[in-house]
Amino acid sequence: MSSAAVIVFPGSNCDRDMAVALEAALGHAPQTVWHGDSSLPKVDLIAVPGGFSYGDYLRSGAMAANSPIMREVVAYANRGTPVLGICNGFQVLTECGLLPGVLMRNASLKFICRDVDLRVERNDTVFTAGYSQGQVIRVPVAHHDGNYFADSETLAALEGDGRVAFRYCTPDGDVTDAANPNGSVANIAGILNKAGNVLGMMPHPERLADPLLGGTDGAPMFTGLAEAIAA
Amino acid sequence: MSNTAERPDDLMGLSDSEYDTILDILGRAPNITELGIFSVMWSEHCSYKSSKFWLKTLPIEGPQVIQGPGENAGVVDIGNGLAAIFKIESHNHPSFIEPYQGAATGVGGIMRDVFTMGARPVANMNALRFGSPDHPKTRHLVDGVISGIGGYGNCMGVPTVGGEVNFDPAYNGNILVNAMTVGLARTDKIFYSAAAGVGLPVVYVGAKTGRDGIHGATMASAEFDDDSEVKRPSVFIGAATTEKLLLEACLELMATDAIIAIQDMGAAGLTSSSVEMADKGEVGITLNLDHVPQRETAMTPYEMMLSESQERMLMVLKPGREDEARAIFEKWELDLAVIGQTNYSQRLVLEWQGETVADIPVPPLVAAAPEYERPWTATPPRAVIAADDVAAPDDLADALLTLIGSPDLCSRRWVWEQYDHMVMGDTVGRPGGDAALVRVHGTGKALAISTDCTPRYVVANPVEGGKQAVAEAWRNVTAVGATPLAVTNNLNFGNPERPEIMGQLVGAVQGMGAACTALDAPVVSGNVSLYNETNGEAILPTPVIGCVGLIEDVTSAVGAGFGAEGDAVFVVGETTGWLGCSIYQRDIAGGAEGAPPPVDLEIERRNGDFIRGAIRDGRISGCHDVSDGGIAVALAEMAIASGHGVEITGKPEIPVHAWAFGEDQGRYVVTCPDSEGFEAAAEAAGVPISRIGNVGGGSLTLPGAKPISVAALRDTHSRWLPEFMASRLG
Repeated sequence: MSSAAVIVFPGSNCDRDMAVALEAALGHAPQTVWHGDSSLPKVDLIAVPGGFSYGDYLRSGAMAANSPIMREVVAYANRGTPVLGICNGFQVLTECGLLPGVLMRNASLKFICRDVDLRVERNDTVFTAGYSQGQVIRVPVAHHDGNYFADSETLAALEGDGRVAFRYCTPDGDVTDAANPNGSVANIAGILNKAGNVLGMMPHPERLADPLLGGTDGAPMFTGLAEAIAA
Repeated sequence: MSNTAERPDDLMGLSDSEYDTILDILGRAPNITELGIFSVMWSEHCSYKSSKFWLKTLPIEGPQVIQGPGENAGVVDIGNGLAAIFKIESHNHPSFIEPYQGAATGVGGIMRDVFTMGARPVANMNALRFGSPDHPKTRHLVDGVISGIGGYGNCMGVPTVGGEVNFDPAYNGNILVNAMTVGLARTDKIFYSAAAGVGLPVVYVGAKTGRDGIHGATMASAEFDDDSEVKRPSVFIGAATTEKLLLEACLELMATDAIIAIQDMGAAGLTSSSVEMADKGEVGITLNLDHVPQRETAMTPYEMMLSESQERMLMVLKPGREDEARAIFEKWELDLAVIGQTNYSQRLVLEWQGETVADIPVPPLVAAAPEYERPWTATPPRAVIAADDVAAPDDLADALLTLIGSPDLCSRRWVWEQYDHMVMGDTVGRPGGDAALVRVHGTGKALAISTDCTPRYVVANPVEGGKQAVAEAWRNVTAVGATPLAVTNNLNFGNPERPEIMGQLVGAVQGMGAACTALDAPVVSGNVSLYNETNGEAILPTPVIGCVGLIEDVTSAVGAGFGAEGDAVFVVGETTGWLGCSIYQRDIAGGAEGAPPPVDLEIERRNGDFIRGAIRDGRISGCHDVSDGGIAVALAEMAIASGHGVEITGKPEIPVHAWAFGEDQGRYVVTCPDSEGFEAAAEAAGVPISRIGNVGGGSLTLPGAKPISVAALRDTHSRWLPEFMASRLG
């Protein structure tokens, strides 16, 4: 039976939501692992959830990136274990060097919580296998610091390697400034590492994986992941 | 002990006679620490001395009530061994002085009240009143308050699911920030504040104590003047992450059986928490202040006892469980310190640097707290204004557009998009509907929550306005299909020492009491905020009601948009075209005058019970209550929510502007797939309904008026607030 772990930092607050979505896809609950633990149980998938780890002190994700458990997460990632970072989890993954770039304050300077449309840029990854390429999915964002930035060299590498997983777009799939909720460069909503086993994204697919909550476009990410790690 | 025999010049807000009572209780003059303790305990904010007499008249009981007023929050049974725990509380004065921190710590404080009782907070709500949009401070205050509410709630990971935002010049110098939290707990795991038992360790947990917020409760009990800005040091600074850790640590410790009593340190901090626990447990408490975790050096006992530093709790543990508790709090990186013990003395004794610095008998400190039956004069009744005496608009459609694009009726999307309203994964009804709908995690049930008050009605007729606040909250909860269980109230008024203000409070409480009784919605918790005045100008009387209801099957809930194309549209309840005190009269005809619409509680109950039953029976595809702006505004909001239009067929028998914009109470607009079945059900229930059209097309057409496209409605509705907030002062 494949297993997943959700990492919990002081200030994480989407850990339960992530666990609920993973449990629905896996058929059993993931383990929660405390940030102070220095070793991870053997798992097939690691999720770094949203929230305000360490109160976003210093910079979003900066403190969490230096916690004992993240050394283990990095080691697992380097051995090929899928690592999914959502929202603050994405910020942590950039701060610990698993992903390039940085998440700056939203261009509006306001916290933004609303549904956005995302274009699935590729579906040949463990995270996006449940979608088709070019599909437009609707999931919410809820963040203050989601304005993705990378220098032009990094950006060229990301684009050249096809490592942009999701872009903010219109309901028709057009990537426009008006569809960009936070000012992210090239409308980037989520990126992959070189090996394709680490995904960081600002939007919350785990929040729209239940029809009662207004949508299920987030669910295929988790069912796809469950299938991939079971294989 | 150092005593001054002479009466001090500064009685810290106490009256001469209150000071005399202290002399009687102690048999000597109080020292400064003791005087500070009496001062905050007997402040309006902590003692409810002006309102208590009237609050006692409110209905507080019902089979669903597990805990009524008097604890940190009210508790109602929702079945399955679960309870909803909730309360609303004001943070008006601090938010005016420092809007971000004032609002943020208001949210933090009310969440603490709820998790102190063992509940995990699952929803935050609020009721906000700002001054005129033209006032130079308004934009700054709106921006700070909204950011502060979002900043704290978002970080806590508790969704902010709804609320109210309104503007009126009466709040120019004194805004209102009322925050409500709803939590869930197991009925066999509810925690109270009575420190029963002696020889028990008194334990301080959470953030360290600093000099912030000293005498905050006293500030909250005084009027403002032009120098209010200098009170900024009395506002506390919040740290939402610390409170998130405190929440998790408390809930983890609560899962054990180590806690005997727990009380959050809110207003009046260490003073009120220790006094309350000792009084309810009928014990004494001795505290050694040297052991209080301190953020600043050289703090005096006076400062420690009166600090309102945030994110702190006081607990009484079973003896020998301190280490277990410490391990949990250290895991969550929080301080835990044993600072005292309970004993038989029934006295609060404070020790500091080897000396006794305060020694006060607890029962008289609490029981002798002043209670005033202040003189009051009833608000004179206003004349009823006939619909014909309120001018018709030049153009009905344009009048509707003006209203839905106005500051009070336009979309609040700009506000609630700054609140994380989806975290925790149970927000079924997002902001913008009648009541927020939050699923009870892991069940098929949901809680419906609404906050309401119509201050222009209350100022016109406090009794009817008080009734209406309860009725509207009850109606909003009903409109999604839920059964209202209980309410929490936040009474915001001016200076109670003025008889006309006291008369507003008395009338509003009488009206609320009548409505709560008639609608089976007892008051289980609440808060009173008086002295909301600046330079002698009082706010509009604003008794806010927060209502919590339960829907057994969340999938049966309905939204506030039109149902499907072709569904019949009905107005439920009688329409007389009451324009007195309406939004139409105020914003289009000029001046909110005359008597407000009366609330017939029997009809309110009958109509609401009918609606709830019809929703449960699947007869209704969309439902929206009729309130500010009448039927026309309700139809516009339903069109915007659903994207569907409707053409109103037939001509009303009353002046059409009165039909469209009148604010008769006890009404709903509903859409029904099976019109005959619905008509039969209404007839059987004796509820008057009128069929006004069918859902269809892309426009809303009022009787005899030009059609307005749904796109135009949406555009007008969404524009004002973001443009106002983006504009700059000249």
